[in-house]
Order: sequence, then structure tokens, then C-alpha cells
Amino acid sequence: MHIPDGFLSPPVFISGWALALISLGYALKKTKKVLKEKMIPLMGVMAAFIFSAQMLNFPVLGGTSGHLLGGILASVTLGPYAGCIVLSLVLIVQCLIFQDGGLTALGANILNMAVVGTIVSYYIYALFRRNIFKKDMLAAVFIASWFSVVLASTFCALELAISGTSPLRIVLPVMVFVHIFIGIGEAIITTLVLGFILKVRPDLVRG
Amino acid sequence: MKKRDIFIGLSLAIILAIFSFLASSSPDGLERVAEDKNFVERTTAIIKSPIPDYLFPGVNNEKLAGSLAGIAGVLIVFVLGTALARLLKERNETRLY
Repeated sequence: MHIPDGFLSPPVFISGWALALISLGYALKKTKKVLKEKMIPLMGVMAAFIFSAQMLNFPVLGGTSGHLLGGILASVTLGPYAGCIVLSLVLIVQCLIFQDGGLTALGANILNMAVVGTIVSYYIYALFRRNIFKKDMLAAVFIASWFSVVLASTFCALELAISGTSPLRIVLPVMVFVHIFIGIGEAIITTLVLGFILKVRPDLVRG
Repeated sequence: MKKRDIFIGLSLAIILAIFSFLASSSPDGLERVAEDKNFVERTTAIIKSPIPDYLFPGVNNEKLAGSLAGIAGVLIVFVLGTALARLLKERNETRLY
């Protein structure tokens, strides 16, 4: 759901940039404090994996596709703030080098996917993990991954509606509807990948 | 993370990038909604990217162009991600001592 240039009005994309920059500044500060030596290459590897996984669109419904977002994958391995930085880095490179997502909309895209889809979704993960799935980490991963995509698409729809691109009563239900299905793909892939990492390198995953 | 783990992780990412031509070419969720709700024509691009649409320029074979673009992207984000993490770590240590 990389928003291109032209979809968001200046007040919306400027607000998107402002919120993205504030969040990134905070995420950098937090990451600096908790960064351990072993996380350094993991941030690079995670960025590489998420970038390539985002190229692999899988079919959903008729004539529509989705791809991994990777917010929960990054945040459950690196923590929510380093995860946010990794997602942002991927989005910045996609925008500047691959013309995927507009430069004006980059702030909003970071807000939707690297802040809402990563930091906020990590806390949904933590909530489920602590209260409902105390013995089953991957169940919390599955649900939070699904939420990460649906929540990010909700923010995207709100931004489109406030921009006057499409009325809220139209764009919100259709965006959420299609991402309910894309979110299932996200949940399956994230659970499989984290299940694999948990088997081979459990020390890289946060309980 | 050991060197071996970095190698395995990075190789896996490169393999996924190589096979990116197998991906569904259908529009994604947002593109689909933009088409159905008639605002897709608002799409513009204010900058020209060097590797637009994940196709390496100058390569006629579309599958190969996609794989090369993917490998380039994987290496770029890996180098930037590792460098940024290293920088953050060093800056934190300088401040402490």
C-alpha cells in the first residue's frame, strides 16, 4: 500500500512528513540506547529480507495481490524502534531508487507502515502475548501481523479521505476489506518465518 | 550474529529477489482500490528513480531485469541498514565515555 505522489493533499502529506520525522527521531534515540552488537548485522539482514519479501506479491481475491509488510517480523526480532527504522529504510530506498511510493507521500507511508504497522502493532503483539497467548508466542504473532496490515490500511484510507481523493464511506470499507485478506497472507508468512527463526536461532526472537 | 548467519540471511534475501519474477503482477490492495474507485489517474511522480518499477534499466529480458533490480535493492538496504546500526552504536558509545 505504498501511496504514490498525487493521492494526498499538501496538508495531509506535510502532516505525514512531520509525524514520520518526529517518530523516526524518537525511534533513533530509543534504538541507540538498546542497540547490542549482535543487532547490527541483524538490522541489515532484516532490511534485506523485508525488501525482497516485499517484491513477492501473492494473489488475493480476484485480480488483486498483496505482499508482506514485515512490521511484526522486524519488531519481534529487533524490537519496535529498531524495527521501525528498518521498515523506514526499506520505504526510503523503495521510494528514491525504485519509484515505489511517492516522495511527497513518503512521510505518510512511513507513518502507516513503519509507525502504525510496526511500533503500534508491536504493542498489540505485546498485549496479546502478555494477556491471552502466554504460552503461544506464534499465536500472538499471527494476530498482531494481521492487525498490522489492517491498521496500516485504515490509516491509508483516512489519509486518502482527508485529502479529498475518495470519500471516507467509500474508501475506508474497500481498503479495509481487501487488506483483511492481505493481512491473512501477512500473518501466515510472518508466523512461518518467525517459527523458523525460533527453531534455528531462538536468541534472535523476543519472547 | 555470526558471519555464517549473516551469509545465510543475505543469501535467502537474494534468492527471493532472484525469483521475484514469479510474483503476482496483479495490482496490490491500494492500486486495486484506486482503479475501482477511479482515482488511479491522479498518480504522479515528482522524482525520477534510477531503477523504476523494479526493472533494471537497459536489460531487455524483463525477468532478468526484475532479478537484477531485486539483488541491487537487497544489497543497498543491507549495506545501509548495517551502516546505520553501526553508526548508532558508535555514537552511543562516544557519548558514554
